Amino acid sequence: MWMSLESCSSACHNQYHESSLNLKAINVDLQSDAALQVDISDALSERDKVKFTVHTKSSLPNFKQNEFSVVRQHEEFIWLHDSFVENEDYAGYIIPPAPPRPDFDASREKLQKLGEGEGSMTKEEFTKMKQELEAEYLAIFKKTVAMHEVFLCRVAAHPILRKDLNFHVFLEYNQDLSVRGKNKKEKLEDFFKNMVKSADGVIVSGVKDVDDFFEHERTFLLEYHNRVKDASAKSDRMTRSHKSAADDYNRIGSSLYALGTQDSTDICKFFLKVSELFDKTRKIEARVSADEDLKLSDLLKYYLRESQAAKDLLYRRSRSLVDYENANKALDKARAKNKDVLQAETSQQLCCQKFEKISESAKQELIDFKTRRVAAFRKNLVELAELELKHAKGNLQLLQNCLAVLNGDT
Amino acid sequence: MAAEREPPPLGDGKPTDFEELEDGEDLFTSTVSTLESSPSSPEQATASLLAEDIGTNSNGPKPAEVVLDDDREDLFAEATEEVSLDSPEREPILSSEPSPAVTPVTPTTLIAPRIESKSMSAPVIFDRSREEIEEEANGDVFDIEIGVSDPEKVGDGMNAYMAYRVTTKTSLSMFSKSEFSVKRRFSDFLGLHSKLASKYLHVGYIVPPAPEKSIVGMTKVKVGKEDSSSTEFVEKRRAALERYLQRTVKHPTLLQDPDLRQFLESSELPRAVNTQALSGAGILRMVNKAADAVNKMTIKMNESDAWFEEKQQQFENLDQQLRKLHASVEALVCHRKELSANTAAFAKSAAMLGNSEDHTALSRALSQLAEVEEKIDQLHQEQAFADFYMFSELLSDYIRLIAAVKGVFDHRMKCWQKWEDAQITLLKKRETEAKMMVANKPDKIQQAKNEIREWEAKVQQGERDFEQISKTIRKEVGRFEKERVKDFKTVIIKYLESLVQTQQQLIKYWEAFLPEAKAIA
Repeated sequence: MWMSLESCSSACHNQYHESSLNLKAINVDLQSDAALQVDISDALSERDKVKFTVHTKSSLPNFKQNEFSVVRQHEEFIWLHDSFVENEDYAGYIIPPAPPRPDFDASREKLQKLGEGEGSMTKEEFTKMKQELEAEYLAIFKKTVAMHEVFLCRVAAHPILRKDLNFHVFLEYNQDLSVRGKNKKEKLEDFFKNMVKSADGVIVSGVKDVDDFFEHERTFLLEYHNRVKDASAKSDRMTRSHKSAADDYNRIGSSLYALGTQDSTDICKFFLKVSELFDKTRKIEARVSADEDLKLSDLLKYYLRESQAAKDLLYRRSRSLVDYENANKALDKARAKNKDVLQAETSQQLCCQKFEKISESAKQELIDFKTRRVAAFRKNLVELAELELKHAKGNLQLLQNCLAVLNGDT
Repeated sequence: MAAEREPPPLGDGKPTDFEELEDGEDLFTSTVSTLESSPSSPEQATASLLAEDIGTNSNGPKPAEVVLDDDREDLFAEATEEVSLDSPEREPILSSEPSPAVTPVTPTTLIAPRIESKSMSAPVIFDRSREEIEEEANGDVFDIEIGVSDPEKVGDGMNAYMAYRVTTKTSLSMFSKSEFSVKRRFSDFLGLHSKLASKYLHVGYIVPPAPEKSIVGMTKVKVGKEDSSSTEFVEKRRAALERYLQRTVKHPTLLQDPDLRQFLESSELPRAVNTQALSGAGILRMVNKAADAVNKMTIKMNESDAWFEEKQQQFENLDQQLRKLHASVEALVCHRKELSANTAAFAKSAAMLGNSEDHTALSRALSQLAEVEEKIDQLHQEQAFADFYMFSELLSDYIRLIAAVKGVFDHRMKCWQKWEDAQITLLKKRETEAKMMVANKPDKIQQAKNEIREWEAKVQQGERDFEQISKTIRKEVGRFEKERVKDFKTVIIKYLESLVQTQQQLIKYWEAFLPEAKAIA
């Protein structure tokens, strides 16, 4: 790739902070406290992977130093997330959703196509498009950094998860964790596991819950999750159309410029001014699209993942309830037969404890989830409205200025 | 017909006193000239065309044309005398008018007062009105307004058609009323264009092209599909027809044409049958167009006038640029429509999400968001509408207009070709004569002499025609350029104003939403 992605990423260095702050804000209560502060201080994009510099500041005694950094890749984040999910002790918590894999394929393809088509367009057009694509690349880069950071911050903010040993290793161990991505066999295993889980989930969800709170939450989450999924997809499409329209403005601006420079009548000044207008208004439209993406699409996507995590929690609880009920039945049977009663009793007690533990923490988790959600939506919707207003006013100003000039001329 | 006018001295294209009787040819030296002479030129040119019977002019039925020509001839028989009487009056006009640089003649102010005072017979009014136009050729006051409205379906099945109401508001006295309307169908418009094109195109007038046919579009309408795409199609056509008529009446020469007047005024119009795409005449047209294209490639013209070459190049560039811009604008329209649809889908989805949200305040806010997005979707739709009808259609109109301009340049080339051919034939005839002289065959010599005289006249005519068309084109291009500048400026400003409106609405909507979002507790 002659077009260096590295140069893009180093440009990202100081700029991703803005969007990471945005995404962190999606979870408002992630106030960093002195005990443990985690952030991604740097990121580098290489051929086909992204290297994140995870920076920790902590006063906890578990760590050797108070401040340190390590370099991590996406697979290592996934490893950490999966270790949480598989840990029985954490069954009663909403596990912060894993960050999505960095996906620069589309952007890379476009950059490549641009490089190939360099000969067929004018220098101005080429520069414009190159800038456009670089900005796009930058935006994707910023987002992926932000999402990885939010994951870490959520873990760091969770009273139980932050103490996890794997988490500390992740933060501190300054060598490669030798965590490789799942190979085909493991991926297949995962696939089957998921199938079993969802089938089981259906069976388990058939069991009516005595507890009103959980019953309500279950119905709510199911519907909510589906609707968020739909809204997130539609918002994505809307944002993309917006971007396409903004790109058209770009081309129109270029054509008008060409017309303006070639025309022999006095309309050439006119064309040049309108071309300028389209160029400027296009920048604003692109920002509108980007802000909608950030404040609306990303918000919805994040809560899609979180609501899935919440659903998973409910599933685990239901599963443990079923196990508990089965254990009860087994105990009754054992008592009736007067065989292996002690074994059944222990088993039943374990199940009971597990179930109660999960229920207790789950309740709190779900309440927290709602609080977080409401706060996040509020913040983002307010910011969305404010940004839309700002851009519309900017656009209006541009248009009115241009019209004043044009009308003054004619 | 050729006999009725004495050909001027050979090789001398310069105006002489004698030529004042020749329908004001000496007015070539003033901007006044083209309009003055234009009544003569179509008829002159058609005269020569008819004499030579060149089959390239295939627009519209021939018989009707001939009749018209005869009428014209008579008109000018009378007018000739009037002109000479008035020539003293002419002088001031001649001297005050600027030189024939491409100064466009902005036409038409009220003609009524002058005409009333003279109370002359029709043919002279025809001529006189041009004079008035010249004298008041300054303002942009254009006192005729055309509207095309109320499309309604007439008939059933495949014979059905759309009838449009054409309303004219004017204070020009050449019309009998100041406001009137008629019902016309699409083929009537095509017929009108066809007639105008056949009369004026080949002498260098840029006749605005009529909207394009669309078999698919019309079939849907005929079949009675009442969906949005057929209503859109009808609206697109209605708007295009309106713009077509408005452009046509803006042209000072075309405005004077009786066919145009008949089109606007008379309640019954003979059906133009040769406009159907698949008719015999239609196919003939296509064949001839192809033949023209081939001919064009083989004509190698000695361009003595750099202006023409320059202009042709300019129009070529303009054509390319406009096409590019048009493609981009069409893409914008498409994406804007997409955006509108996606916004509507999102609005519904957000409403659903609001419904399932169990936190009351957030639920309400989400519903409000859905409402805002729905209103914004409407905005996008309206903006797409504006994108299309103002910007995109303007560009496609001009792309077709430029094709007409190019056609006019081509006609000039053909004219030149004819002149060349005549000169070559004359040369051959002279050679023949020489040969006959040598061979001493008295009867053949006489025939040769006759033929020479005939071809001398044709060469004369050819040269005159060529100069005529060249001058007409210069004027027309000037007028066209001025119109183009005006058109683009007006439409683009209107378009920008539509964008302003959209932003203002957006501001309103988001300002209303903001407190709702803040109210989430």
